[in-house]
Amino acid sequence: MKKLATAAAAAALLLPLAACGNDDAVDPRADVDSTLVVYAAASLKGTFTELAKEFEAANEGVTVQLSFGGSSDLVSQISEGAPADVFASADEKNMDTLVGDDLVSGDPQDFASNTLVIVTPPDNPGDVTSLDDLADPDLDVVVCAPQVPCGSAAQKLATAAGVTLAPDSEEQSVTDVLTKVTSGEADAGLVYVTDAKGAGNSVRTVEVPQASQVVNTYPIAVLSDAKQPGLARDWVELVTGSQGQKVLRAAGFARP
Amino acid sequence: MSPRGAPLAPEVPQGTRTRRTQRTAGDLPRWVWLPAALGAALVVVPVVALLTRVDWSDLPALLTSESSRAALWLSLRTAAASTVLCVLLGVPMAFVLARTRFPGQALLRAFVLLPLVLPPVVGGIALLATFGRRGLLGSSLEVVGVQVAFSTTAVVLAQTFVALPFLVISLEGSLRTAGHRYETVAATLGARPSTVLRRVSLPLVLPGLVSGAVLAFARALGEFGATITFAGSLQGVTRTLPLEIYLQRETDPDAAVALSLLLVVVAVLVIVLVRGREGRS
Repeated sequence: MKKLATAAAAAALLLPLAACGNDDAVDPRADVDSTLVVYAAASLKGTFTELAKEFEAANEGVTVQLSFGGSSDLVSQISEGAPADVFASADEKNMDTLVGDDLVSGDPQDFASNTLVIVTPPDNPGDVTSLDDLADPDLDVVVCAPQVPCGSAAQKLATAAGVTLAPDSEEQSVTDVLTKVTSGEADAGLVYVTDAKGAGNSVRTVEVPQASQVVNTYPIAVLSDAKQPGLARDWVELVTGSQGQKVLRAAGFARP
Repeated sequence: MSPRGAPLAPEVPQGTRTRRTQRTAGDLPRWVWLPAALGAALVVVPVVALLTRVDWSDLPALLTSESSRAALWLSLRTAAASTVLCVLLGVPMAFVLARTRFPGQALLRAFVLLPLVLPPVVGGIALLATFGRRGLLGSSLEVVGVQVAFSTTAVVLAQTFVALPFLVISLEGSLRTAGHRYETVAATLGARPSTVLRRVSLPLVLPGLVSGAVLAFARALGEFGATITFAGSLQGVTRTLPLEIYLQRETDPDAAVALSLLLVVVAVLVIVLVRGREGRS
């Protein structure tokens, strides 16, 4: 009797766990309500959120689940088996990692590109006028760490302009750089044009002439483990098509 | 899983040997073992899994790379500095909380313990609002030429903020357990309050103070959220071990695992140290 109770307790404990791992099972209502899971670089948050609404409106019963993060973070999540259907990366390197691991179905397609720009707080307390000012150790300068896409772009830009940056902090993501500038903690930061545009009046932007030499290209691809390969292809079509391109252009993204 | 698997359990249950022959009040129903074992597995398995990811042959190289050494040295320095700060500020706080009574004391205690339950990132934002360039105190400090943000001082402040409650709780507990008796005797024999504090109270609670300080050191060493929010991340200045691990994950997962192993080893040492002391006292 005691054993029975133990077994029942074990079952009660394990059942919810089993339910968690049940993603693989076929949802009986799959043809009525389906969910498309899109993993996308953090800089795509605004545009993809907008496109998801359009996608849901055009496909009745379909829910788009968006997960934003640093591209390399998302790649490691996908490699560890995260249930994603589509992946959009902020650089080619991270997409190449997935392609190399055979996790991508078909060839990735480039759908947008982004360049860097200097942002300062609206009152520009450090009187920043060019990239040269970002070499001034007296100013509080914030960039991305070289390990993440926006940081490697910042380094390439500095090299192209012949400037040695003197950062006070190397942040984990471009949004962290932007926050440090909008909060007034930093005098200047290097972010993507789209981030600067998204921040509106809370930053002032300073163009860098060499920025056009350092272009981050955004590829998108359907994943080989996609549970909704059909919807995933539709999503890629939306993003690369005229409707998606219009939304991306409005946010400041350039053509790939 | 035997009770040994749970090093933080307050006491190893007595009477396990006599269970078969004679039931005692300490006997547990057998089904309790199952959820207990699951709980222990939840903690132990991930640590073991981490060990399986360690690239043992490259470990020395990964641990001695320039960025790893800079992060380790910075972490040790800042955690030591914040432990000293915690002792200097936390010991008087514990005495005030344990030995006095005043209106609003319960509220004060709740506030002191806040960093224990507060997500560290919230602590970081609060510190930024205080010591940031446009913060409550930061703007005045800026006028006199002191800048806290992006400096090692910011790291120490963040670590002290999150570690202080560990020391205060630990010491306050010891003070309450020790009671007033010896202090009262010393005072009736004519010792001044400062002498009582120094010669009687502090030596009495020294074990509690030491384990509190060790816990505070460990918490400071592991601080991540408040640091990355408040202090930034720059090698040798503000990028402590946890921040270095988080960053290395982007490009060099093996290095991240190697550094994680280092922090696990430190954490185990801390537990052994604290438990060992408590066992003796």
